[in-house]
Amino acid sequence: MGREAEVVAQLLPAFHARHPNVQVRVQQLPWTAAHEKLLTAYAGNSLPDLCQLGNTWLPEFAALDALEPLDDRVAAAGIPRDDYYAGILDTNLMPAATGAGTRLLGLPWYVDTRLLFYRTDLLRAAGHTRAPQTWAEWREAMQAIKQRGDARNFGALLPLNEPDPLFAFALQQGPLLNADDTRGAFSQPAFRRALDFYAGIFRDGLAPAMNDTQISNVWDEFGRGLFAFYVTGPWNIGEFRRRLPASAQGSWATAPLPGPDGPGVSTAGGSSLVLFKGSPRKEAAWQLIAYLSETETMQRFHALTGDLPPRRSAWRSPTLANDVPSQAFAQQLERVRAAPKIPEWERIFQEMQLTAERVVHRTQTAEAACVQLNAWVDALLEKRRWLRERHA
Amino acid sequence: MHAGKRSVAAWVLAGPALLVIAVFFALPVIAGLALSLTDFDLYALADLSTLRFVGLQNYARLLQTPLFWQAFGNTLYFVVVGVPVSIGLSLAAALLLSARVARWHGFFRTALFAPVVTTVVAVAVIWRYLLHTRYGLINQALAGIGIDPVNWLGDPHWSMPAIILFSAWKNFGYNMIILLAALQAVPRDLYEAARVDGAGPLRQFTDMTVPILMPTLVMVGIMTTTGYFQLFAEPYVMTQGGPLRSTVSVLYFMYEEGFRWWNLGNASAVAFLLFIVIFGVSKLLLRFDRDPEGRT
Repeated sequence: MGREAEVVAQLLPAFHARHPNVQVRVQQLPWTAAHEKLLTAYAGNSLPDLCQLGNTWLPEFAALDALEPLDDRVAAAGIPRDDYYAGILDTNLMPAATGAGTRLLGLPWYVDTRLLFYRTDLLRAAGHTRAPQTWAEWREAMQAIKQRGDARNFGALLPLNEPDPLFAFALQQGPLLNADDTRGAFSQPAFRRALDFYAGIFRDGLAPAMNDTQISNVWDEFGRGLFAFYVTGPWNIGEFRRRLPASAQGSWATAPLPGPDGPGVSTAGGSSLVLFKGSPRKEAAWQLIAYLSETETMQRFHALTGDLPPRRSAWRSPTLANDVPSQAFAQQLERVRAAPKIPEWERIFQEMQLTAERVVHRTQTAEAACVQLNAWVDALLEKRRWLRERHA
Repeated sequence: MHAGKRSVAAWVLAGPALLVIAVFFALPVIAGLALSLTDFDLYALADLSTLRFVGLQNYARLLQTPLFWQAFGNTLYFVVVGVPVSIGLSLAAALLLSARVARWHGFFRTALFAPVVTTVVAVAVIWRYLLHTRYGLINQALAGIGIDPVNWLGDPHWSMPAIILFSAWKNFGYNMIILLAALQAVPRDLYEAARVDGAGPLRQFTDMTVPILMPTLVMVGIMTTTGYFQLFAEPYVMTQGGPLRSTVSVLYFMYEEGFRWWNLGNASAVAFLLFIVIFGVSKLLLRFDRDPEGRT
């Protein structure tokens, strides 16, 4: 999917050299259409043998029972599970149908998490020598930066159409679902604290209440100092290098996401490689997954795409180990937490952000918004409760 | 011929067409209606035994869903503004083309009809460039007359007007051809007679052209309205329903329910609600087709 599908072709010659009998046909899908296409393919019985799957989509395909468990194959191939960042691997572990234990339904291919990109010069000018580690420090830094700049400047950019920052803050506070993932926890104090912190940044004018489409070029604006902090993901390391003016290249850095009281957890995103149950060529397909999961292949993949590898051993390559902006990601990846593993999560995730948008735009109070969101989530999860009772 | 034989012949002749309609239209519609009374979702796709009959609950819940009403409002906005703009453009173009002083009829007819035969997706991509806030030709033209750049597809107030502009441009040629045909059927001597009686161009237009075109206009109006209620491809390609859900149409909402969230029961219910709306509006429009004396 996306850029990865173009690049994977360059990794294949080495695979063919080792497995001359296996032919690989790569089909590219744009991210925007991939989800529908794969679900329709499931309904029409025309899924591929293996595929890259966004790890938030795994629960859906697990609910469809479309994925082949990989536990035995991984063990037989000698792939060390504990080499993977635990939070990332966890997104691929689904509760077994029998109720006991878990099954590994995918192998992480590359990872994605969110943390701080910030302007070191603006932070220093505002009297802070190191990146903020707690929510309080971060707020204070944003306020200091805002006070120094003119009225049009902000402390941070948190695009209102991106749910990830709020989601990360909420993960730092506690679980988002209750009762074995059949009820929302959005009216609990934990989520409320995250929402209050998030909305407070906008209320105090520390971040612009804007979508990322309203800022025509985030890199230009970051270079100009419209905002000093930007919560975003690993692809922006490359983009910052490419797009920021030379004068700004020496004055940006990355840092792990601040938490309520010290460095906090962030989201465990990324893509996994999965094997579909219906495939008639599982052995050959698994060989490709195993090849792509080797440390060396991951290092080459990183060199080609900039995508961050999920295995700690792959991070030992000099390009990653000596790359300062990437190191913050290495630290953050030790502190990532999986999203709730239910098919409905993606929808809840979007609704959560729409709710936050209403609070930020002050069309609804935080109290009312949380109650409404939680009622909506409870209604959405009605079928899960019914299924649970039926099995009990 | 014997009456019985004739009806047999009629059935035989109509049979193939009826069969096709039954298999490809009636059956899917009935299946859709049945689906709209169930909670068919991802779980049911995995295991059909989890399918539940829910009666009219999907409909009841939809009517309480704010996003459904927002989608309905957006669609209504698109229809109420878009249909008159589109037909107005068609009528103006048809009048210009049928004017005696016009030159190069063939060229203009082809050029104005060209957008109709292009693919929505391809031209929508081009329009996205035209509408680009910073580099788009439209904003550059506006800047030429001193108007500040408009964030066409990023500002919730401008996104729907942009979609309407695009759709009107894309579709007006089709109605233009139909209206042109109707105009050409009007005998020229009628206009000459009117001129002799002292009617100016405006009187000629309001008292002759419009009444003569009325049946065609109503037909064109109904077709355009039903078509515009089914707005989908434009927001799908240009805005994905955004910004702030300002371009989510009923059909786009249905698509998201069905193929993004895989709630096919809900999606079918949306389809039937839309059908009822289009049916009602078409009925209403048909009333305009009656002339004052009550003849139909």
